[in-house]
Amino acid sequence: MHERGLSLRRFKEFVIESAIYASGVLVIIFVVLIFLFLAKEGLALFKTVSLSEFFFGKKWYPISEPPQFGIFPLFLGSLLVTLGATIISVPVGVASAIYIAEVAPARTKEILKSGIELLAAIPSVVLGFIGMVTLVPLVKTVFKLPTGLTAFSGALVLAFMAMPTIVSIAEDALNAVPRRYKEAALALGATRWQAIWRVTLRAASSGIVAAIMLGIGRVIGETMAVMMMTGNAARIPHSIFNPVRTLTATIAAEMGETVQGSDHYFALFAIGIILFIISFIINLIADFALHRKRL
Amino acid sequence: MPETPKIHADHLNIWFGPVYALKSLTLKIADKEILGIIGPANSGKSTFLRALNRLNDLNPKFRMEGSVSIDGKNINESDANTLRKKVGMVFALPTPLPVSIYENIVYGVRRNGLRNKQKLDGIVETTLKAAYLWDEVKDRLQSPGMKLSGGQQQRLCIARTLAVEPDIILYDEPCSGLDPISTAKIEEAMFRFKEKYTQILVTNNTKQAARVSDRTAFFLMGEMLEIDVTERIFTSPSHQRTNDYISGRFG
Amino acid sequence: MKISAHITQKIVFTILLLATLVVILPVLLIIFIIVRDGIGAISWEFLTAMPKMGMRSGGIFPAIIGTLYLVTGTLIFALPLGILSAIYLTEYAADNVLTRMVKFAIINLAGVPSVVYGLFGLGIFVVFLKFGSSILAGSLTLAIMVLPVIVTTSKEALDSVPQSFREVSRSLGATKWQTIRHAVLPHALPGILTGIILAVSRAAGETAPILFTVAAFYLPRLPQSIFDQAMALPYHLYVISTQVPNVEVKIRYGTALVLLVMVLSMNFLAIVVRSQFRKKQKW
Repeated sequence: MHERGLSLRRFKEFVIESAIYASGVLVIIFVVLIFLFLAKEGLALFKTVSLSEFFFGKKWYPISEPPQFGIFPLFLGSLLVTLGATIISVPVGVASAIYIAEVAPARTKEILKSGIELLAAIPSVVLGFIGMVTLVPLVKTVFKLPTGLTAFSGALVLAFMAMPTIVSIAEDALNAVPRRYKEAALALGATRWQAIWRVTLRAASSGIVAAIMLGIGRVIGETMAVMMMTGNAARIPHSIFNPVRTLTATIAAEMGETVQGSDHYFALFAIGIILFIISFIINLIADFALHRKRL
Repeated sequence: MPETPKIHADHLNIWFGPVYALKSLTLKIADKEILGIIGPANSGKSTFLRALNRLNDLNPKFRMEGSVSIDGKNINESDANTLRKKVGMVFALPTPLPVSIYENIVYGVRRNGLRNKQKLDGIVETTLKAAYLWDEVKDRLQSPGMKLSGGQQQRLCIARTLAVEPDIILYDEPCSGLDPISTAKIEEAMFRFKEKYTQILVTNNTKQAARVSDRTAFFLMGEMLEIDVTERIFTSPSHQRTNDYISGRFG
Repeated sequence: MKISAHITQKIVFTILLLATLVVILPVLLIIFIIVRDGIGAISWEFLTAMPKMGMRSGGIFPAIIGTLYLVTGTLIFALPLGILSAIYLTEYAADNVLTRMVKFAIINLAGVPSVVYGLFGLGIFVVFLKFGSSILAGSLTLAIMVLPVIVTTSKEALDSVPQSFREVSRSLGATKWQTIRHAVLPHALPGILTGIILAVSRAAGETAPILFTVAAFYLPRLPQSIFDQAMALPYHLYVISTQVPNVEVKIRYGTALVLLVMVLSMNFLAIVVRSQFRKKQKW
């Protein structure tokens, strides 16, 4: 009886272990698949539109006759919003991470970390909604603009979306610094801040770089909040207080109106390829930064 | 020894990556003897023990040359899982699983497919009695194994090993963290086990080896320097280094 | 010199504290505003009735149901795949290039913009596999998107199980899979549960991946099969805030409130489960 049970068990184990190996590899296949499907539709655009026209063209008029697919204004829109968000979120985020990791007392620490997690959990459409009804009118009145739907408003809200990412990864990096480094500095008479500034931060620097990169990645990829707050004007902005259109918002706003197989359809997929590649490169840099640290 | 030895290590060499852990070990162990193995840290004692139940296989850097045979059969040619039921191991730190005392003991036999409650109950009682733990825990078999004291936990681990009915029991410094009373109970159990099991005891405590083992081997830096009847090892060893270690001059 | 160093420290620490407050306080403010302005809309009718008058009144029931269907579908696909992948990474993967690639692939999946997932879902599930805009396509798309969350948390949970458990199990003659199944997985379950809850929260709140794969502006009936489109809370909020004019402010805030409560309570639950797990770890 045990003999027959044994071979049945061995067969079941073989099946399960095959499934396990398959699952491991499937993840790689998904990444490849995403790229392939984006490329399949996106590269078709370049049969009719040249690469330089796409990348450097200053006019995004997809529904005019003839349509023009220059993504430069969209790219600038993304850049402006991302830059604005990064300038705000990096110093605030890193400072927060330092506070939580090094200064905050233990109980406060747990509460703060939970708070950050909850911020990260708020759906972007909710943040976009709140931004739209509170921040946008505020920006309009404070800066005396014709409309509050600007890159600036988008950048502000996006900064909040990036901060949890930056804070949690930077905090992990700070916590990973061996305690004895800091204790050595303290034993030599340094104040807590001196120890943090001279020792801990330096040791955690590549982890903090990774945190910033991943925060930027989060911002670049954001769609809904941006769509609801930056005005959807696919024109080259002249200042951060102009309405803009980001690469992500373009896809979201226009895909519903394209005909499958049209150039417009392909163009949106081509934008998708760009976004995928940008996020891939950012992840590559962040991964490199994180692995360099683990000596 | 006259007949086929129970365990026969033949020119056993073991590396972990670049580290040469066991150097050309040849050793025969008789059925139902208690072999004590003493020596300073990193001498290859645990490595040798773990070669006997192929636990080294779990380490990806493990490499071996030479052979180990049990009952005349090369252990690399048989199924490792079946081997491990035949060769049980008690570890240095008591490691009860975070389940009840009962479930700890029947863990091994459950994996073999045994489900009959009466048989399981019987196994629990038999093994706990053999490990001198039955009286202390018989009323709380469902309570967590981790709540026992260190000495009780170790006896639980012994009972757990006995449950899968091995021929050979390996002990890797089993009493290192334990109080003298628990140690005495475990040594008492080892004497009783001589009837049924071949036992190998790796220990840092030379006096324990002197008390318990029939023969004792002295390991130094990956080699077995000498092996002899316990009394002779402790009164007139052949090597100076053995004498130095036993008298506490190093290690 | 020492005195000024201490003053410097005080100043710096105050700045750091302020930075942290800048991050945390708006969260509280946002929650406060949504609760204050949305609670007026919450009623039994709001939660269980169909929308009326072009969504200007009535309820958001189909959006809630649609979200529930999508979340369930997401879990059905992402859970087994995610847990098995995590088991692969912790128990089977060797220290080699392939493993490094798998780990990098997961980091990448985590970083892909959500709208790109929408495009991918459109390209492969809606068009290529001809599922059409459907709960099936939407769930599959969301499943790949939340996969990294499940894999990462499950992997952490499995890693936290001490190696000695595995050793003991193997030394008693159990096979590798038996060891995972009986000596490792049961003790990693609370951590895995945390990952599931977080994944659910993510799936419920995302809009971009469902825009072209399942979301419908308005459906007169609830979806009847997995090949039907569905309404969903996040998309509904977007639509009534930007596409439909003259919707009562209260209804917009009410929808936001329902979505926020759903997502935040799940996250809060995950935090609680995780901290209980850490406290109970007796090893």
